[in-house]
Amino acid sequence: MKRLPQIALLPDGKRLHLQDGPIDLVIEAKGREGDVRAAYDAAAGRFTGLLDELCAELVELRRPADPIRCTLKGIVARRMHAAVAPFAGEHFITPMAAVAGSVAEEILGSMLAAARLDRAYVNNGGDIALHLVGGEQFTVGLLDRPDRHGLMRTMVIDAGDPTRGVATSGRHGRSFSLGIADAVTVLAKTASQADAAATIIANTVDLPGHPAIVRRPANELQPDSDLGARLVTRGVGVLREHEIEDALRAGVRRAQQLLAAGLIEGAALRLLGETAAVGATGIKAGAPPAFHGNAPERIAHV
Amino acid sequence: MTDATVAGGDKIRCDACPVMCYIKPGAAGACDRYANHNGELVRVDPHIVLEQTVSHGGRLVPFQAGGDWDGKIVHEPNVFVTAIGAGTTYPDYKPAPFIVSSEVDGVDMVTVVTEGIFSYCGVKVKIDTDRYLGPETATVRAEGEAIGHVTTSEYGSQMLSLGGVHHLTGGSKKEGRVTCDALMDLSNCKPVELTIDGGATVVVQAGYPPIVNGVAEERMRVGCGSATIGMFAKQWHGKVDEVVVVDDHITGVLSEHQAGKLLDIPDTGIKMKGRRSTPGRYFQVADPGTGWGGTNISDPLSVLGPFNPKEARPGLTMLMVSTTGEHAAYYELDEALRPIEKQMPPDLKFSVERIQENCEPALCTVLFMGGAGGSLRAGVTDNPVRLTRSVKDALTRVTSGGAPVYVWPGGGITFMVDVTQMPAGAFGYVPTPALVAPIEFTLRLSDYAALGGHMDHVRPLASLRDNTETRPMPYMPGRRA
Repeated sequence: MKRLPQIALLPDGKRLHLQDGPIDLVIEAKGREGDVRAAYDAAAGRFTGLLDELCAELVELRRPADPIRCTLKGIVARRMHAAVAPFAGEHFITPMAAVAGSVAEEILGSMLAAARLDRAYVNNGGDIALHLVGGEQFTVGLLDRPDRHGLMRTMVIDAGDPTRGVATSGRHGRSFSLGIADAVTVLAKTASQADAAATIIANTVDLPGHPAIVRRPANELQPDSDLGARLVTRGVGVLREHEIEDALRAGVRRAQQLLAAGLIEGAALRLLGETAAVGATGIKAGAPPAFHGNAPERIAHV
Repeated sequence: MTDATVAGGDKIRCDACPVMCYIKPGAAGACDRYANHNGELVRVDPHIVLEQTVSHGGRLVPFQAGGDWDGKIVHEPNVFVTAIGAGTTYPDYKPAPFIVSSEVDGVDMVTVVTEGIFSYCGVKVKIDTDRYLGPETATVRAEGEAIGHVTTSEYGSQMLSLGGVHHLTGGSKKEGRVTCDALMDLSNCKPVELTIDGGATVVVQAGYPPIVNGVAEERMRVGCGSATIGMFAKQWHGKVDEVVVVDDHITGVLSEHQAGKLLDIPDTGIKMKGRRSTPGRYFQVADPGTGWGGTNISDPLSVLGPFNPKEARPGLTMLMVSTTGEHAAYYELDEALRPIEKQMPPDLKFSVERIQENCEPALCTVLFMGGAGGSLRAGVTDNPVRLTRSVKDALTRVTSGGAPVYVWPGGGITFMVDVTQMPAGAFGYVPTPALVAPIEFTLRLSDYAALGGHMDHVRPLASLRDNTETRPMPYMPGRRA
């Protein structure tokens, strides 16, 4: 018997929730009622069996990507490879770095093939594929380091912008990070590209060898992690201000290269209360919330 | 049904989905839905967030008084995060799954949310009935397995103490499983049939009347027989010569009782069976049972001896009533001074109804009781004893599924919670067997830092909203989340 994913509308009756194994999607489409229904049907249809498709090639997906050659067969697997390939020559990266964005993109693609929509998103645990036409826009809220009341930054994405993918990577997420960034949010033309780039930039925000940073081999934590014995960040102690700036500067430099190469549209980097932004005019500080005895937020000048 | 195969070391291989994660003990798979608990694969359910839907109607009426939520978004509803489905990381060498910050009254609050695995846990069941359920310390069984015992009764109620570590893990495997199932069902407000050695069979469901030997109980007594005499003596005065209130504990007799004496009610020559305590108050007029007033009698005259001809007279009237007013009969003495049942006059019927009215509906109530072990506390702070102290100092509020708890004084964090105050399905289990219950610790962020909290794992509330189930929580009087 075929294993069926969980397919349900969320309690608001508007958003569709799809879940299978580790994939958790929240989807919303805007358009005529019939179109929304057709889009949701298509999303559920495409999602069924998608995890099995990926798992059939899981062993290879967990290996470092070849910068040129792709031997993967599945359409999502190939998209994952394509997203990480530009980084594979220089960095260790496996196609798994783009799995969330690639799945989001695939599901959004199936919806758009089935219906005319004004606006839609597929949010795969923070890695988001977007569809926008006409005067529609998306406002994405960025959350600061969670244990401090920092500001909420917003990114507004207009239909006219090239951005159709948003992804966040950092050491607090579900997947491990080689770097120390609390969060790196990337805007890119596709969700899979955003996903891969966020991983790379977050890994680059780092202070190699710093004693306050606790690192553990990934496979000690998760035996079958694609990162193998590579050290992943488990804790960040007290860092001096200039150290925070150094780490952020490394990430910003990488983000600027990716921006120049056309791989991303913009990025916001966050580490221990400091923020740096690269590219994307849409990124702006939102109304700062009331502070309660905390130091005001400082933007790192880099 | 998902199985897991034990791989090298204590790792298990999950086959809930084709990813087939290897999961280390205490860790969760890639999905965060399945975890390895002592080599057993356990399911970790979706997180539930209670949306406190109480609106701020105005200064004088701070809360909407009763009624369900109308479904509309109220003015900035407070969201209270509960631990249901938070998952747990037993043996808790890593921080509790969700450490959530939200702002309450302008103070940065932290709610540390975890699901505790409680081997030391049980339920205390209060069954509002005067009916005899079984002797104290008698074994209580479910599906034939011993799961607890009858404990000291409380006013108008029989008490059971169920579960506990000895039944959960100290007996046979079946005993543990049946105990765990019964505890979980009782805690989740489901009905459970219990049989008491040498006593009754009772169906218990939190928030519902008990069903004793197939009969649903309706009311609990307002007082013992003697107290009932005291409360209603004036209302009977002049309407009837004698009143006997039949009660398993203390049966009261109006003419002999102090209340009757004060009203100058003359002696009637009545002769009670049982052991006289003080005038007009009798112990043990009959054996305990499920008949009149919690005794085993169905004919109230069986508690009387012959009337004394020196004081009794033909035509003397007598009301006999049980302490709950559920049973009542009216008699007149014939020429031979034998009580003959007659139709009850309306004003006496009214007084019986008044007794009934004053007897509250009989309910079963279930308090879950458990102790948060050191490892659970370590999930909250790296110095577990400080959490205990902080709870004792009232800096940290403990809740279970958002419901208020009573924290037992003394060492550790042993708490009790009324399961009807908790959201549906709040309890789960692990195959140990042990119950999984939600527990939340709420404190000021600054206090949390001071007690050695896992500051780097604090997440803002908003980050939970996308991957959690939000349930509207109707306002309940007396309930403060």
